[in-house]
Amino acid sequence: MRVQLFGTCLVDSLYPEVGEAVLRIFKKLGVEVSFPPGQTCCGQPAYNAGYHQEAKGAAEHFLSVFTGTDPIVTPSGSCAAMVKHGYPELFRNDPKMLAVAKSVATRVYELSQFLVHVLRVHEKNLTGKGKVTYHSSCHLTRMLGVREEPLLLLKALKGLEFVPLPDAVRCCGFGGMFMAKLPEISIALAEEKADKVISTGADTVTGCDAGCLMNIADGLKRRNSAVKVKHIAQLIAEGI
Amino acid sequence: MSTQTSLNFRANAAKAIKDAPLRASMRNAADTFGTRRTSAMSAVDFEALREKASAIRMKVLDNHAAYLEQFTTQATKAGATVHRAHDAAAANQIITQVLKNHGVRMAAKGKSMVSEETHLNEHLEKEGIEVVETDLGEYIIQLDGETPSHIIVPAIHKNRQQIGKLFADRLGVPYSEDPQVLTKIARKVLREKFLTADAGISGANFAIAESGSLVIVTNEGNGRMVTTVPPLHIAILSIEKILPSLKDLPTFIRLLPRSATGQAISTYVSIITGARKPGDATGAKELHIVLLDNGRSEILAGEMREMLKCIRCGACMNVCPVYRTVGGHSYGWTYPGPMGIVLTTLLTGLKKSHPLVDASTLCGACNEVCPVKIPLAELILKQRVNRVSEGLSPSKINIGMGLFQIATKSSFLFSLGERLANMFWPIMRMFGGKNVVGRLPHPAKTAFRRRFK
Repeated sequence: MRVQLFGTCLVDSLYPEVGEAVLRIFKKLGVEVSFPPGQTCCGQPAYNAGYHQEAKGAAEHFLSVFTGTDPIVTPSGSCAAMVKHGYPELFRNDPKMLAVAKSVATRVYELSQFLVHVLRVHEKNLTGKGKVTYHSSCHLTRMLGVREEPLLLLKALKGLEFVPLPDAVRCCGFGGMFMAKLPEISIALAEEKADKVISTGADTVTGCDAGCLMNIADGLKRRNSAVKVKHIAQLIAEGI
Repeated sequence: MSTQTSLNFRANAAKAIKDAPLRASMRNAADTFGTRRTSAMSAVDFEALREKASAIRMKVLDNHAAYLEQFTTQATKAGATVHRAHDAAAANQIITQVLKNHGVRMAAKGKSMVSEETHLNEHLEKEGIEVVETDLGEYIIQLDGETPSHIIVPAIHKNRQQIGKLFADRLGVPYSEDPQVLTKIARKVLREKFLTADAGISGANFAIAESGSLVIVTNEGNGRMVTTVPPLHIAILSIEKILPSLKDLPTFIRLLPRSATGQAISTYVSIITGARKPGDATGAKELHIVLLDNGRSEILAGEMREMLKCIRCGACMNVCPVYRTVGGHSYGWTYPGPMGIVLTTLLTGLKKSHPLVDASTLCGACNEVCPVKIPLAELILKQRVNRVSEGLSPSKINIGMGLFQIATKSSFLFSLGERLANMFWPIMRMFGGKNVVGRLPHPAKTAFRRRFK
């Protein structure tokens, strides 16, 4: 099996270790990974700020880079949702591009989605350790409908103790440009999320989106907490 | 609060965030209502109900002129006098005139967000007519000279200690923070007002086109008092509140209290059809209905018309991470939270209120709970697009987004940007602000993409 990897800009520039973890998982599973070198950003920052002309530029570029028929896998629910739902919206008045966007949308998978539904990783013998809680990111759950997949993967990591996060579905306050436009609120929400994480007694908090995890890490730092923040790809890569 | 200048949501919010009692009150109340809503909704098929409710509301919007006409005809037949007010000033003028014609000196008022939108109390007081709010929450904030911070729970931002102190200060009663004692005090004051008021002013949750009836959903019974005890009743409501028929009402009675307070049904549901007729045991002798447009016809004709499906339950605010953190007053106008962002920007114009469109993380929690399926997150996003196309977005963001687009179209430039960020990170941190760039980790030495070279 072959997949195209969409790294996302946050993983590319801030968290390359998450990308490395994804590569390790696929290598172990014998999945051939190609990294289309022309890839940049999905355009969500412009899209959510209301700059749809600018977002179109990014979308057109993405669609011209991720050609072929292989599944496109990305370690971000938010970026996957952008390609799946944002692109068709951007090109709703452009039948030709809309057809391209819709066809690419069918190839896009968020990582945990792909690992569970296509590779059935949750049925394999994996190992894990420590006490882990999980934040369910908003776009992942509400736009992609990915609710159970990450939990199935965490439960498949034998030796890892999963503890549920109270109000796990409440937004962490990242919100892309939101964190830059209204930093005071973003910080307050990150702190609130951090408090919930700390209340679980977990040593690690995980999730499927680097952006949210970045904001939660900042909240934990502000609370002087030693709780580690890891992308779910890292936990799986360690135990596969 | 001002409606004259462009509102500064960020400054309001930053101030609210530092207000610890406010944050605690908001958190407690929003969590309580949120939890109660979830449990009440589990008893019904929410998806089926809201699908039905949304379809009914869309039918009303699609045939609005006809339904409004039908309501007017039927209400008139039932003995009410129906007025149409193009804007807030017209509505206030009509109400003042009716009150003056009857020599009213004091009016008892039931909860009405539409009257908040028109600043009716302020207007009447200037005209020398005393207005007493009789909903407990509204009474509390009227005593304190405030405006509602939630459309259902107007005093949500206050705790009982603050209310106890307010009552002691303003009513000269001994301090108490026992909610029962405080409620009894308010009840005693308000009873007197109900009995001596020359007129009652109320809002309405729904207006039934087929019968010309008004439907008022309340918990405290004050709604029934103000509409039946005084000889004159004036109801003010906005033109979109119509339901085609009484047959449609049960769907909304199942949804509204559950969404709002987590109750299976509210304590009172009043259906008022016209003024008191000979032989009727209760009811005001004279009923005036003021239908407020105030920009709604324009919304109805535009691409954001779905907003007018709203039945004002407040569920979207209770689940909104931003609202529960900053409180309703931060939004600077009548309606707060996700529905408030959309409605305020539509009713007051983006020019004045565009900072509000940033007040959402687009997390979509509001969409999930809306009982009439308004795509609130999408409408907020649409207003962001409109802000850009109307040239209201700050120029530094325009430039930034232009550069972003250029970079996204070329992996060479994108990669160059990443390397520059890495190189100049200390400077970016210095100028990017500790609350923004200061919260990001240092960019990786080697971007992920470069391992593939």
